[in-house]
Amino acid sequence: MKTVVHVDHVSKMFRLGEFGSSTLTEDIRAFVNKIAGKSAPHHLKAEINDRVSTGNSDYVWALKDINFEVKEGEIIGLVGRNGAGKSTLLKILSRTTSPTQGSVKIRGRVASLLEVGTGFHPDLSGRDNIFLNGAILGMRRSEIKAKFDQIVDFSGVQRYIDTPVKRYSSGMYIRLAFAVAAHLDPDILIIDEVLAVGDAEFQAKCLGKMKQASDQGRTVLFVSHNLGAVSDLCTRAIMLKNGHIHHDGPTELVIRKYIDDNLNIRLTDSEAFKDASFRRGTGEVRFEKIALIDEAGHETNEFLPGDCMRVRMQMKVNVVPQELMASILLKSGKSKEIVTSTNRNEVDLDRCKPGDVITVEYTFPKLSLRPGVYETYYWLGDRREETAFDVVDNLLPPVIIKLPKEQSELFTVGYFNENFNFDQFKED
Amino acid sequence: MTDSNESSWNLIIKPEGRLFDVKFKDLWDYRDLLILLVRRDIVTVYKQTLLGFFWFIIPPVLNALTYVIIFGLFAKVPTGSDNLILFYLSGVIAWGYFADCINRTSSTFRTNASIFGKVYFPRLIVPMASVLSALVKFFVQFLFLLVVMAYFGITGFAPYIQWELLWVLPIVLLLMALSGMAIGLIISSLTTKYRDLSNIVPFAVQFLMYATPVIYPYTFFPENLRWIFDWNPLSPMIEIFRHLLLGTDRFNLLQLGGSALFTVFLMFIGLILFSRTERNFMDTV
Repeated sequence: MKTVVHVDHVSKMFRLGEFGSSTLTEDIRAFVNKIAGKSAPHHLKAEINDRVSTGNSDYVWALKDINFEVKEGEIIGLVGRNGAGKSTLLKILSRTTSPTQGSVKIRGRVASLLEVGTGFHPDLSGRDNIFLNGAILGMRRSEIKAKFDQIVDFSGVQRYIDTPVKRYSSGMYIRLAFAVAAHLDPDILIIDEVLAVGDAEFQAKCLGKMKQASDQGRTVLFVSHNLGAVSDLCTRAIMLKNGHIHHDGPTELVIRKYIDDNLNIRLTDSEAFKDASFRRGTGEVRFEKIALIDEAGHETNEFLPGDCMRVRMQMKVNVVPQELMASILLKSGKSKEIVTSTNRNEVDLDRCKPGDVITVEYTFPKLSLRPGVYETYYWLGDRREETAFDVVDNLLPPVIIKLPKEQSELFTVGYFNENFNFDQFKED
Repeated sequence: MTDSNESSWNLIIKPEGRLFDVKFKDLWDYRDLLILLVRRDIVTVYKQTLLGFFWFIIPPVLNALTYVIIFGLFAKVPTGSDNLILFYLSGVIAWGYFADCINRTSSTFRTNASIFGKVYFPRLIVPMASVLSALVKFFVQFLFLLVVMAYFGITGFAPYIQWELLWVLPIVLLLMALSGMAIGLIISSLTTKYRDLSNIVPFAVQFLMYATPVIYPYTFFPENLRWIFDWNPLSPMIEIFRHLLLGTDRFNLLQLGGSALFTVFLMFIGLILFSRTERNFMDTV
């Protein structure tokens, strides 16, 4: 297999604060040093990129000494926490910014999809925008012309193709934009997870398209927080941490390392979980801690099919509501469709006062899930008014169902637990 | 194919390019984008307006009328022309093209930041498209100017068109486009980092206009100040433009040659700054 991307000692420095780069005086000093043949003084000051700790320098390395190679036809998932450097790496690969040090060599045509509908003009018709967007993404006019009918078909907005896109619903807009992107034929496709912000159908379409690209032997680089999607699609994963490559290897292994790494800071200390801006809900009651516990009583998030899983939820009551319901939902990593969920279960609020912490526990004696990665969704709310007090959606590490050692055990799970009928109708 | 075969890489991304790093092949590959952007600029500006394309013509006409009334009728500035309307209109249209090139190009990075941050294409395509769409607008205005000249020609006033010198006209237009674009490139590159500059640009352009014989002939300045016009590389462009059509102002090819040299120099600086800025401006904008 030939190497199509070679990332060689790439580093990228950023300046923190209001100005994103060096100041005028530093520019002058750097220029003087450059003439003298030294490296710029602010390069020496730069610190390792750690979002949480406060540093002494205004300069950080968003990426530091990144090395890897991509072989033709590989699908690589880039994982890492917010601020680990994933997007910066994608930006360098897609040439929207350049590295501070090091180099990247690429063989073949690259298309980067960091967004759909780049350059769409609201006043232009769908037809005009297909051409404009296609050209921005690097297609020749003749190429767009040849694929025009396919693009329109794929988008499903035939009827509005001569209407300005500002009259489109947001769904139609995204469908059209994605249709253009989907008809690029690059050798190397670079995709950011921001693509996966649409509705479930759209996400499934995106992932389907990526799968298709890989089946056609294209090389794909894919950034995501969605570990499920990464494990479904990618053969290899690279985990970034504080601007370094922390692990690079087979997907399952890297994902496990990634989760271990995040488990070190314990499930509930996950920053996304703590950050109120990621949490929805009115806040009468909030989750304090959510832990997955195995049969032996240890906190973990890896289980085997058929294992017993307990979910212990601590919640803090800020305002005592009329009633309090809890539920859990698991989603498939690939399509983010709901795989399984509990009913809403009522929490007893008897003699409860503001400030109290309530602990409840779900027990699933025999997990009826096939091996895979499942994203989690925890909900607290009210039965009658359908208001949510707190929603923890995709913020905690996913539940991982490992492959059982014995293949035969696979067939004991994933069956309908309910009684069902199976009838056959004969044609008269 | 082995990895050691360096020549088989078709793209190498490095921290710094050469000093003069314009990728002409890339520009050529994206020529369709250039045309589509020009089309977009022209089609979208006057969509949903009643007067549509007339908005290309109305602003210079109103500007010219203002100057006719204030400078011509009230202040009675001698123009050296028998026809005030043609004098001011031609000056306004010629200067308008140059100023349009500066204004459109100088905001390249800021107005396109959202696109530039997401997709790579040779950034130079965008200012080139700006200059070309300004040219389309200029041609509409120029046609209108010819119509007005024809009207005055029929009704008795014959503009002194310098037929034998008309070959200079395309050169003048080219120089206006290139110098406008070059200044715009320099401004757009500097404003990504030192944003204060963008606030000065409108004043600077206006100041430049007064330092150029646009709304008055060079004789308007006292003799000890006329060196400003002699050294201003923009004045021969405007003066020759008007001389060719109306027979007013000066015609000095040597001075125009100086402008050409200056334009090439500006363009060189502009391209260097622009190609340096396009590599990293997403970090600063």
